[in-house]
Amino acid sequence: MRRRTVLITAIVAAGAFALTACSGGGGSSGTSSQHGPITIWYSNNEQEVAWGKQMVASWNAAHPKEQVKGQEIPAGKTSEEVIGAAITAGNAPCLIYNTAPSAVGQFEKQGGLVDLSKISGASSYIQARSGKVAEQYKNTAGDYFQMPWKSNPVVIFYNKDMFKKAGLDPNNPKLSTYADFIATSKKLVAAGVAPNAILPAPTSEFFQSQFDFYPLYAAESGGKQIVANNKSTFADQDGYDVADFWATLYKDKLAGQEAYNGDAFADGKAAMAIVGPWAVAVYKGKVNWGSVPVPTKEAKPASDVWTFSDAKNIGLYSACKNQGTAWDVLKYSTSKAEDQKLLELTGQMPLRTDLATTYADYFKANPAYKAFGDQASRTVEVPPGPNTVEMLQAFRDAWSKSVIFGKQDTKAALDAAATKINTIAKQP
Amino acid sequence: MTSTLAERQGVVPSSGGATPGRGRRKRRPLGRNPLGLLFSAPYLLFVLAIFAYPVGYAFWISFHDFFFAAPGAQVARPFVGFTNYVTALTDPAVLRSFANVGVFLVINVPLTVVFSLLLATALNKATRAVTFLRISYYVPYVTASIAVVAVWSFLFNGHGLVNSILGPLAPSPSWLINDHWAMPIIAFFVTWKQLGFYILLYLAALQNVPKELYESASTDGAGEARKFFSVTVPGVRTATVLVLLVSTVTGANLFTEPYLLTNGGGPDGASTSPVLIMYQKGIEQGQPDVAAAIGVVLVIAVLIIAFLQNRFAGGRD
Repeated sequence: MRRRTVLITAIVAAGAFALTACSGGGGSSGTSSQHGPITIWYSNNEQEVAWGKQMVASWNAAHPKEQVKGQEIPAGKTSEEVIGAAITAGNAPCLIYNTAPSAVGQFEKQGGLVDLSKISGASSYIQARSGKVAEQYKNTAGDYFQMPWKSNPVVIFYNKDMFKKAGLDPNNPKLSTYADFIATSKKLVAAGVAPNAILPAPTSEFFQSQFDFYPLYAAESGGKQIVANNKSTFADQDGYDVADFWATLYKDKLAGQEAYNGDAFADGKAAMAIVGPWAVAVYKGKVNWGSVPVPTKEAKPASDVWTFSDAKNIGLYSACKNQGTAWDVLKYSTSKAEDQKLLELTGQMPLRTDLATTYADYFKANPAYKAFGDQASRTVEVPPGPNTVEMLQAFRDAWSKSVIFGKQDTKAALDAAATKINTIAKQP
Repeated sequence: MTSTLAERQGVVPSSGGATPGRGRRKRRPLGRNPLGLLFSAPYLLFVLAIFAYPVGYAFWISFHDFFFAAPGAQVARPFVGFTNYVTALTDPAVLRSFANVGVFLVINVPLTVVFSLLLATALNKATRAVTFLRISYYVPYVTASIAVVAVWSFLFNGHGLVNSILGPLAPSPSWLINDHWAMPIIAFFVTWKQLGFYILLYLAALQNVPKELYESASTDGAGEARKFFSVTVPGVRTATVLVLLVSTVTGANLFTEPYLLTNGGGPDGASTSPVLIMYQKGIEQGQPDVAAAIGVVLVIAVLIIAFLQNRFAGGRD
């Protein structure tokens, strides 16, 4: 009996380690000179699917030998998980038009992305299209492993009807400074127009700070990333002020500590929301809204206010064989004409230097998007590197404890988070 | 029931007339029933591929500097000893998650055993609407978690039905964002959701408790409570051990409820579980090595608990 147990254990162990040894084998990537059919993934929201389909159809009509197969990104908890799994499995498509900058560092570390800087003319193409903003999308070595594509500059949306009902001026709302914002919030809640003045998701996911702390910190600091040169920046007076502002909203019950299962702004559970231009189409016909830049401690002209980008970029994945075609499609899909279609079909802002002038007619015909077009040139991205998500999670944990639930002094929490993030940032 | 002592002790001469005793048995490398091995081979392969291999791989990962990489990528994965274990076990969030799941198990496992046994006993005696009741208890178990989580969220949020009924007695902060209540609410939720499965286990076990024992107990003047404690409880002891083990193992793997009901282990980590942290570390943050170390610690902890349960609740069975 013992002999048999030993035998079975040995077989299991040998099998496990033999299989372990298999990992990392096989698979081959192509080169930028290879051409042929490719597959691309794009986001699964209605507007981006419409854009993706027309772009693919337009390319295929002109390139019969380099056909593109367009697919919606497969469903998963998040797109980043799906992409990460596809990289590991070696079956990622050539291009993904939904690559989150926060995940790019990890994908690069996994060997899943092609270094665009090594493709002839790619760096100059990216810089010519996106200008200075493109700098934020380089890795720490100065290379592009992502093509900056489009942003959703975060602003404050407010419900004009609720403001009117609360006796506030719906056309010139006092929301530019922290003091004004809090005073307006108090009036809204006191008037009973909504249970919350504003309700950013008070949940623990790493990315949620991109929609409460980060836009206001970008605005207050004049465009600082929360980590620069492997050192956190946010534990400064600007960061403390932003944290205290939000802590006051939570403490005074102007913002809820509990997540709302649905869209609080659309459902009338919050009088304001912190959102990007995608919201224009979503709230059309549902909410009589207006928009203003995010607040700062002292009033600043709108043209000086920075915010979080909420960008999604394009990755060229190393599993791709026909990388020459992939790069050509990437350029085609970020051309002036395709960017215009992106703007028209999705309302999201192509990351172009000349956005406001190139598409002046569009912004004239769609004034609701004009502020976003202007704001797009002043956006801040998450810090680059393979540890971005871990850093953002460390920040979020400190934020939850101190700002949302008030269990720790905000300054002490930010200082502790900064120390932790400094350590994480130095990890390979 | 009719076997002799000699038969039970395994010293009955074989039909071949060989002399009794282990020492003289003919050696059979594939055992006494080689056909049995053939029949069990598909499941054995399944277990090896789906359970044994991942466990072995996770164990290997936990001792290396490991991250998921594209096929063909040149990646160094050096042996790092216990570094990942030290990283995991010195992280306050990880330690808290183990404490949280401990709280969960202390509430969930006893409630599961008690309620499923009581309800199964009642169902076993019910004469009316038996099918309806069985289905009613089983429906939450087969319903998708996302759907029932939405219902519980509606019940227990700040403006939910429960707080409306409780009025001033409602806790503040509300249940799902209350440090003290978040984990117990998850434990109650899981108990309620899984109860139908455990009731079925007990119902099956109750069929094997001899009716004669109840009749004898009645003859001796035992009431319903005495019969329950002296006949039913000992009669379903094997099922109880199974319920204890299964509810502990599934409870230790808690993920969906803190992920959905308390939105990622909130408030402020009060309902995080080790598996949720593993998900964050391994999938979101690209540290499967640390996640694997947490997983190995969890497996060892569950094995110790299961051993103790089997030792103290299993008796000689």
